[in-house]
Amino acid sequence: MARVVACSDCWPLTGGASEFNVEAATVRDLIRGLDARFPGLGDFVDRRMAMAIDGEIHQDAWFSPIEPDSEVFLFPKIGGG
Amino acid sequence: MSETLKRPGARQTLNVVGTRPIRPDGADKVTGRAAFGADLSMSGQLVGRILRSPHPHARILSIDTSKAAALPGVKAVITGADFPDLGAEVLAGGEAVTNLADMAANVMARDKVLYDGHAVAAVAAISAEIAEEALRRIEVAYETLPHVIEVLEAMRPDAPVLHATLFTQGLEARPEQPSNISNRTRFMRGDFEAAYAAADVRMEGRYTTRAVHQGYIEPHACVAAWGSDGQCEVWGSSQGQFMVRTYCARVLGVPISNVHVTPAEIGGGFGGKTTVYLEPVALALSRASGHPVKMVMSRDEVFRATGPTSGGVIDVKLGASNDGKIVAARVEMMFQAGAFPGSPVAAAAMTCLACYEVDNFEIVGWDVVTNTPKVAAYRAPGAPLGAFGVESAVDELALTLGLDPLTLREINAVKDGSKAPYGPTYQNIAYVDTLAAIRDSEHYKAPLGPNQGRGVAAGFWFNHGGESSGAVHVADDGGIVVVSSNPDIGGSRAAMAMMAAETLGVPLERVRPVVGDTDSIGFAMVTGGSRTTFATGLAVVRAAEQVIEQLRQRAAMLWEVDADKVAWRAGEAVCTDPEKADLKPLSLATLAERASRTGGPISAQVSLNAQGASPGFGVHLCDLEVDPETGVARVIRYTAAQDVGRAIHPSYVEGQLQGGAVQGIGWALNEEYIFDAGGRMENAGFLDYRMPVASDLPMIDTILVETTPNPLHPFGVKGVGEVPIVPPLAAVANALRRAIGVRVPDLPLSPPRILAALEAKQA
Amino acid sequence: MSKHHISATVNGDPVEFLTSSGATLLDVLRDQLNLTGTKEGCGSGDCGACSVILDGRLVCSCLVLAPEAEGRRIETVEGLSDGVRLHPLQEQFLKHAALQCGFCTPGFLVAAKALLDANPDPSETEVRYWLAGNLCRCTGYDKIVRAVMDTAAELRQARIPA
Repeated sequence: MARVVACSDCWPLTGGASEFNVEAATVRDLIRGLDARFPGLGDFVDRRMAMAIDGEIHQDAWFSPIEPDSEVFLFPKIGGG
Repeated sequence: MSETLKRPGARQTLNVVGTRPIRPDGADKVTGRAAFGADLSMSGQLVGRILRSPHPHARILSIDTSKAAALPGVKAVITGADFPDLGAEVLAGGEAVTNLADMAANVMARDKVLYDGHAVAAVAAISAEIAEEALRRIEVAYETLPHVIEVLEAMRPDAPVLHATLFTQGLEARPEQPSNISNRTRFMRGDFEAAYAAADVRMEGRYTTRAVHQGYIEPHACVAAWGSDGQCEVWGSSQGQFMVRTYCARVLGVPISNVHVTPAEIGGGFGGKTTVYLEPVALALSRASGHPVKMVMSRDEVFRATGPTSGGVIDVKLGASNDGKIVAARVEMMFQAGAFPGSPVAAAAMTCLACYEVDNFEIVGWDVVTNTPKVAAYRAPGAPLGAFGVESAVDELALTLGLDPLTLREINAVKDGSKAPYGPTYQNIAYVDTLAAIRDSEHYKAPLGPNQGRGVAAGFWFNHGGESSGAVHVADDGGIVVVSSNPDIGGSRAAMAMMAAETLGVPLERVRPVVGDTDSIGFAMVTGGSRTTFATGLAVVRAAEQVIEQLRQRAAMLWEVDADKVAWRAGEAVCTDPEKADLKPLSLATLAERASRTGGPISAQVSLNAQGASPGFGVHLCDLEVDPETGVARVIRYTAAQDVGRAIHPSYVEGQLQGGAVQGIGWALNEEYIFDAGGRMENAGFLDYRMPVASDLPMIDTILVETTPNPLHPFGVKGVGEVPIVPPLAAVANALRRAIGVRVPDLPLSPPRILAALEAKQA
Repeated sequence: MSKHHISATVNGDPVEFLTSSGATLLDVLRDQLNLTGTKEGCGSGDCGACSVILDGRLVCSCLVLAPEAEGRRIETVEGLSDGVRLHPLQEQFLKHAALQCGFCTPGFLVAAKALLDANPDPSETEVRYWLAGNLCRCTGYDKIVRAVMDTAAELRQARIPA
């Protein structure tokens, strides 16, 4: 189970939960798993969030792999000037 | 003065990367031949002009365009009613998240105007004079509404509400009343309150900044044609031809593939050209008139109607042990978003403590709408504000503890394995090396004179990869054309050509880099976020590698050997089969000449979504001299050091550091949006909005820290454009603090403010 | 509205154009003479992107009314190079990477030429004050000032008889 840490933007959809475990082999799996656990969260994460998987930032990358012991941080997508 | 720090013993096997050739588009840019947004004309084009609101907040009761339309020479008059109604759809696709309906309502107001300068109608006419006369004949009936400019006032419960449908997101419960607070973002770790209470030393301060403009010298400009077959043409300057294509199509409700956008040369953007203002209006006027329409903003329009960045209020609390370890930090930031939600406060929240290892922190960011132009991205959006607060507070902490400001930063510096405040674990960062570069600099050791002070500040930016495309075509004489998917805003064509030349093993002079239009190259996100040399560069290198594969196969066919017996070395195919040792290498020119007989043209295009951009860190050192009679502060020496991974063309990397530093110096000392009591901008011109000029400045010294190349890029590139605007605000403010002995926490550090601080100190 | 018939010299060539009283020299250069190398950044004489040399004097062409050009000699960025070889200022700007976006570059080149015509040996301070009427937002001016100083040195060297 990957350990997911969600920033505050996600909390309205998680009922305030900021850390939870999700079974996922890829980012796409994770999005599905988040939606199953907290309806609407998967879509929100897909549209609005970037993620750091074991320290490395991934954005719009459904097929980036997630390991069973991975730590995944969700935070707002990064733009720039 | 510029220097480069390399990893001791680093191998230097590169021939092109790291050198300083003349940029390939250079001759066009010094002879006046380069065509920018306002330089192209289409046959039969009309002149388009926009009528703008004189009120910061008003309901539009009616717009009567009949007298304008009746003026001879006027070919079209449009208002918000000529654009489709759009739902509150969020455009995904990787850029800073954009609300389509808000963007459309910013392009042309519908029922309300939300800032002085908001577009309410537009005309197309056969001359500028007639178009301007037509604007004067448009009659708009407004019901003026109370307005609010300042962020703290906009947050009050009794503030005028801009959007009746705006309910604060990010709270535990959805509020019952709409307000101007669009969102709250929080990041936290450990237990701030307990750690702060237990700290040996506690600091607390409020820091404020004003809205400032990106200040690109080229006003927004485009020419657009809506064909009778529904096919749309746009020529214009922007930070992304594909961004213009998508946004125009969505705002106007046409298929994306019906819009063809050719990127002009762009005269500066700094984030401010990552959205559309004129292009959909020009297309709508073209559709209504049946003619191409050219639109160019005046400087007044650029200031009043295009994105500045937020003004903000930054509250900082720091707790530390007596030996200088920061044990607790709390940063709360309130940012002006302008007329629609979307200030860069989340990025400020993620970056403000990114240089520090702190076990206990809480960061809160509030996004607040105000009756000011909708903010647009500006170089490391949000990060300079957060860094201004935190780096000022860290400087105060150093003074309180009696520690050297670099030492305090070294004690608390993030390194590989440190966890960033927004989650990820840092890898391959060189912040400590960058601090050391400043400590070892001659500048840091130089003595100071009377009324002078020296300030230090650090800064961070994530950098960004994302979607990009690159193509490499081989001409039949062996010449190389590189097509980049991204507008070249600061010399990226040179970097693309250099990386292609290095990969292919050909001289740079044989490579011609161009920027593709939307129909000639695959999709890309905007040139922004310091992503182009990293992500588009990666696509170009991968395309060059595919071309090498094709060249090896063609050589194998000619030699009648297996392709695995062909190596590509120094621009030539070499046969590695020991039984065929007598075969002479085949040059690129020979293989290209025979391409038609070995399978056709040699060419490759790669589109990708690059992950793994490495973050960048900067440390700036500023010497300031204050005239105690006038309060004028002058930067007299400046050094910027930055973790750049590896510089492809060092001169243009230095240029990024120098330009970013000077934009930050302007932000710190002079620049601000000034509004009158009626909510109208008072200084919408370069005379009164005072950007730095050559005589304000010394040379800007640079140190490129190349000790830690990015392992996820073939040549080690990290983004470099954003970081250098992050430290200067505090570097300047900290220098002022040390020059005059008191802290001025409010930007800009203008002469009246400095004089007031000096007088208060004496009193 | 009657128009003025104006004769002038642009980059050594005779030109004629019709213009209204209110048009600026910048409008005429860009829209009628197709010399779009001269840029408009502000229209109020504050940014210097439209710098041209009028009878040997550096001016903002956005502040010159087109009818005022009658009988005058105008030099623009397009006249700096002879068409084959770049002017030393152009060479030095490229060598020093003294441009990023390049939009302000024509104005800087014209202003710098006017400086070196008037003062072949300017100090750094003189260069900075002379160019204070030209805004650049990309470079921080460092490489521009170096390019102008090096051009001045190169031109002084070239003047020394062999």
